Amino acid sequence: MFTLGPIGFTAPWLLLGLIALPILWILLRAVPPAPIKRRFPGVALLLGLTDDETQTDKTPWWLMLLRMLAMALVIIGFAGPVLNPKTEVTGKGPLLIVADGTWADARDWSARRDRMAGLLEEASRAGRVVSVALLTDLPAGEVQFLSADVWQTRLGGLTPKPWAPDAEAIAEWVDGLGDGGFETFWMSDGLARAGREELLAALEDKGAVTVMQSPRPVLGLKPVQIKDGALQITAVRSAAVDAATVTITAVGLDPAGIERELARVEATFEAGADTAEVALSLPPELRNRISRFTIQGVHSAGAVTLADDGLRRREVALIAPHDTQEGLQLLSPLHYLKQALEPTADLIKGGLEDVLPANPDVIILADVAKLTEDQKAGLVEWVNKGGLLVRFAGMRMAASDLSRREEDVLMPVRLRAGGRTVGGAMSWGEPKALQPFPENSPFYGLQIPDDVTVTSQVLAQPDPNLAGRVIAALADGTPLVTRKEMGLGQVVLFHVTANAEWSSLPLSGLFVQMLERLAISTRQIAPSAEDLEGTIWAPVRVLDAFGQLADAGAMAGVKGEDLAAGAVTATMPPGLYESDEQRVAVNAVGGETVLETAIWPARIAVEGLNVARETLLKGTFLAAALGLLMLDILASLWLSGRLTGPRSGVAAMLALGLLAFGDHAQAQQVDDEFAINATAEVVLAHVLTGDTQVDDIAQAGLLGLSDVLFQRTSIEPADPIGVNIETDELSFFPLLYWPITANQKMPSKEAYTKLNRYLRTGGMILFDTRDGDIAGYGSQTPEGRKLQQLALGLDIPPLEPLPLDHVLTRSFYLLQEFPGRFVGRDVWVEAAPPDAEKVEGMPFRNLNDGVTPVVIGGNDWAAAWAVDNVGNYMFRVGRGYTGERQREIAFRFGVNLVMHVLTGNYKSDQVHVPALLERLGQ
Amino acid sequence: MTGPAALRRKSAELAGALPPLLADAERLAAMVLLGEHGRRHAGQGDEFWQYRVAMDGDEARNIDWRRSARSDVHFIRQREWQAAQSVMLWVDEAASMRFTSAKDLATKGERARVLAMAASILLVRGGEKVGLTSSANPPRSGQGQLVRMAQELSGLEAEADYGAPETHGMRPNTRAVFISDFLGDIAGVQKALTDAADRGVKGALVQILDPQEEAFPFDGRTIFESMGGTLRHETLKAGDLRDRYLQRLAERKAALADLAHRTGWQYACHHTNDAPRVALTWIYHALERRH
Repeated sequence: MFTLGPIGFTAPWLLLGLIALPILWILLRAVPPAPIKRRFPGVALLLGLTDDETQTDKTPWWLMLLRMLAMALVIIGFAGPVLNPKTEVTGKGPLLIVADGTWADARDWSARRDRMAGLLEEASRAGRVVSVALLTDLPAGEVQFLSADVWQTRLGGLTPKPWAPDAEAIAEWVDGLGDGGFETFWMSDGLARAGREELLAALEDKGAVTVMQSPRPVLGLKPVQIKDGALQITAVRSAAVDAATVTITAVGLDPAGIERELARVEATFEAGADTAEVALSLPPELRNRISRFTIQGVHSAGAVTLADDGLRRREVALIAPHDTQEGLQLLSPLHYLKQALEPTADLIKGGLEDVLPANPDVIILADVAKLTEDQKAGLVEWVNKGGLLVRFAGMRMAASDLSRREEDVLMPVRLRAGGRTVGGAMSWGEPKALQPFPENSPFYGLQIPDDVTVTSQVLAQPDPNLAGRVIAALADGTPLVTRKEMGLGQVVLFHVTANAEWSSLPLSGLFVQMLERLAISTRQIAPSAEDLEGTIWAPVRVLDAFGQLADAGAMAGVKGEDLAAGAVTATMPPGLYESDEQRVAVNAVGGETVLETAIWPARIAVEGLNVARETLLKGTFLAAALGLLMLDILASLWLSGRLTGPRSGVAAMLALGLLAFGDHAQAQQVDDEFAINATAEVVLAHVLTGDTQVDDIAQAGLLGLSDVLFQRTSIEPADPIGVNIETDELSFFPLLYWPITANQKMPSKEAYTKLNRYLRTGGMILFDTRDGDIAGYGSQTPEGRKLQQLALGLDIPPLEPLPLDHVLTRSFYLLQEFPGRFVGRDVWVEAAPPDAEKVEGMPFRNLNDGVTPVVIGGNDWAAAWAVDNVGNYMFRVGRGYTGERQREIAFRFGVNLVMHVLTGNYKSDQVHVPALLERLGQ
Repeated sequence: MTGPAALRRKSAELAGALPPLLADAERLAAMVLLGEHGRRHAGQGDEFWQYRVAMDGDEARNIDWRRSARSDVHFIRQREWQAAQSVMLWVDEAASMRFTSAKDLATKGERARVLAMAASILLVRGGEKVGLTSSANPPRSGQGQLVRMAQELSGLEAEADYGAPETHGMRPNTRAVFISDFLGDIAGVQKALTDAADRGVKGALVQILDPQEEAFPFDGRTIFESMGGTLRHETLKAGDLRDRYLQRLAERKAALADLAHRTGWQYACHHTNDAPRVALTWIYHALERRH
């Protein structure tokens, strides 16, 4: 390749064409611009006039220069200029490209992939066979050396993984490298890691090794901890270089449930320091909502740290019985709870009535036996919404008849009278120790200290469901802790007191662990292996190498011990793990992780990532040439007078072009037009179902009904309108006719909101399943099922079959039945209030105010009403005269319906007429 | 071109062109409201002019006895002289008149014909006889003559690039109107006017020009061609010619005005982008003027 500074040419011989430019110059100068022919009667006066200057017949020098430049660019462009042309790659034989493929690669993965693509391209040019491997995702079996083209197609599928390479897998893979020698190109992620030397040695055995490593330090974010009430955020980097500042954002759900940035803080790495710490103080409300912290602008799993329960402080309300006597503090039923919870939870004190509106996460009732009905109702509602109610037994509970005969709604079990005392001065037997926790218990795996003994407890009545509710039991099998699910929440009962009176449990560390397992308190430090022993944690959300959260899907759970070890592997990717109300985050960068730059032996060639890339300049040159030629056109037009003279309009238009403006204004106009059409007069509307035939019938039906209304009543509707419930405004229409088709689209959430607002604010929808001929009692048509689906999202009051005294039966015509094209099932309307009574001497009840928001039927009214544009009925109804009579009744139903919509319960008020007349008479 | 079919086609063609021209001219003429006017001479006519005292030589039958009975002298009742005058029109039909610089502008020829017809209508209304110099028909009065003239004008279309006024139909002591762009050889005009002056004919020259001919908005290398294609002029820089062209045009106008002045004619220049009413009024007043 012929090179000229940083530019090389693929077809340098074409550059000889540049020699021809001066010849072209002379040629072009000799030829004047083409003349314009014009018809002009005044030519008779021109005869004999000569041009003054002879210079004008030559093209001006600057235009010539422009054209020469354009020509030169074309020639150079076709000569194939390349910026930073690659020199030939030395080397033969197979090539192995190894990439670490960890999260540290993720931030510049596209650059790495481009580099790989470049290597593959070179290899393919040199005809070498290649193999590509990610150390985090090693292929099973022998290493396959394939043609570079094959790998080029697979390149897009290679993505880094959020975990570190597994040493065992690497060793296995090294064994499968085979006997043949090859050259290795290792794309390192830049982090020092155990096992690198071994791999390097193994690869060097096979041939030369080149390492590519980015000199930029790798950034990571350590798990955030709470210290002195503030969030302690620590950012680390792999190389202690110059001072740098990173922005760390805290992301979480806002009160509306939308994920957004909740806080932002800047952390500064001092020059020569590899960690940057910053404290972020947030109100607990805000802090509890944080789901993750990220370093802004760094897209890697290491730059994301997930927040788990460790950052959350639960609000716990402690309620003790009203105590009239003063006692020692250590005997206070709440003392040990306070001690256990204070460091990790926000405690709320006060009466139950004061606490409930604050909606705490947990309410602890210590030996509270009596609750008023109000308190009870409030608590039940709160628990059903997801609250955790924890009750402790005590003297009062043992003495009361709480949950004695029947299970109290706020107690997990029935209690036996009295309770029992073991191992006391007046009883036989030893104080009871605890049984190991059963596997289904949230406490499973907790170590039980020997010194925890129970001397008194309240006893549960043996019920069929008792066994399932026990989550901790004494050695003799009697329950110590019972639990029952209730709505979204649960009720937990400790059968002992919360102080040390009945047992030594509150004195032991087990008590704190148990509270933690119940998610009453939250731990402050990472859980230890013992804490998590025996638990299985299911991943909820997992991070990919790029730091994006995704649903875990059906991934297998991990053991608590592995979780505690914190080693991120393919089976345990970083993410959020959940077990029984608790959530633990596994982060790519753990609390102890140290990021260090990998150091390579001096014999290994290390190159940076930023190898100048080959850039083909052909397009640029040709585009520039084209631009110059465009300029030349304008200049030529101007010179020859076509840009300014007569009939220049076309040229100017070609030269300048016209910008088409958006039709936003037009859309606005259409909206306004729709609103004006819909509101200028009363308009009946039907919902567009997407089925053209049904929509046409609905349109024709409403047209027929509008005509009848126009002829017979004072309602004079305009032409009906088809309404798209997704886009059109509904509030303009008093009545929507909605034919149901089995395959119409479900309305969107916004459309439902709009429909519900429409129904609430006085609109009426007439649902017509159009299946009156086939639907009967107990049989369901597809339309009927569709209607049920549709109506699920709608705010529809209780319905009843249209009663005979409903105002619809007499709002204009007196009607007993409501046929359409079919005489089908009942028509359903909003149910009358239960207290509606028949007044003495009145033919109908004194019914509800207001208009029924929905009328549901299946008689295919639109088909009975439908007329074509000359006024003929489109569908036959029934047979002969009776059919026509049925159509007439159908029209009468329509008239009544519209009257009902527009006049409300006016006719219902007729019941008051005799009373009014009577009063007038007096 | 014989037989009923050809006749019918021809008449349809004629009828097609005729009404627009007549209608345009009528419309234009309607814009010019001129009161009744006579010759302001005693002479033959129906309108009363004046009483004058009878003198020797007056015939006795001319004495208005009713008027004379009221005084001591005899009076003669004179009527206004109402002898109709003949106005001959010549409209240039050469190719150069078919030029227009813009689509919405009338060609010079169209404008000329409309002006000529409108003037004829006004003149006929004023009781004059009108006719075309190029026609064999003598000047006449009345609606029929107008229709005939419109037919003759609509059919006009000559091959020549530039036209010269036709004088052979001109009668002595009549009035004449020549409408043309007068861009061709001025000798023809000169000859016609001298001819007219010899016969005692006076009248008006109306030069009709396109705005482009007045402005010469050209630039760059251009080949100018006459409408018929017989004349060509090539220039490399049309913009430079503008001043000299305009100077020549002014000279031509001056020559025409001078010629008209010497022969007792009137000269006016009208542009096709101006309102035709102005030109029409000018023509009418030019013919009315007494010399």
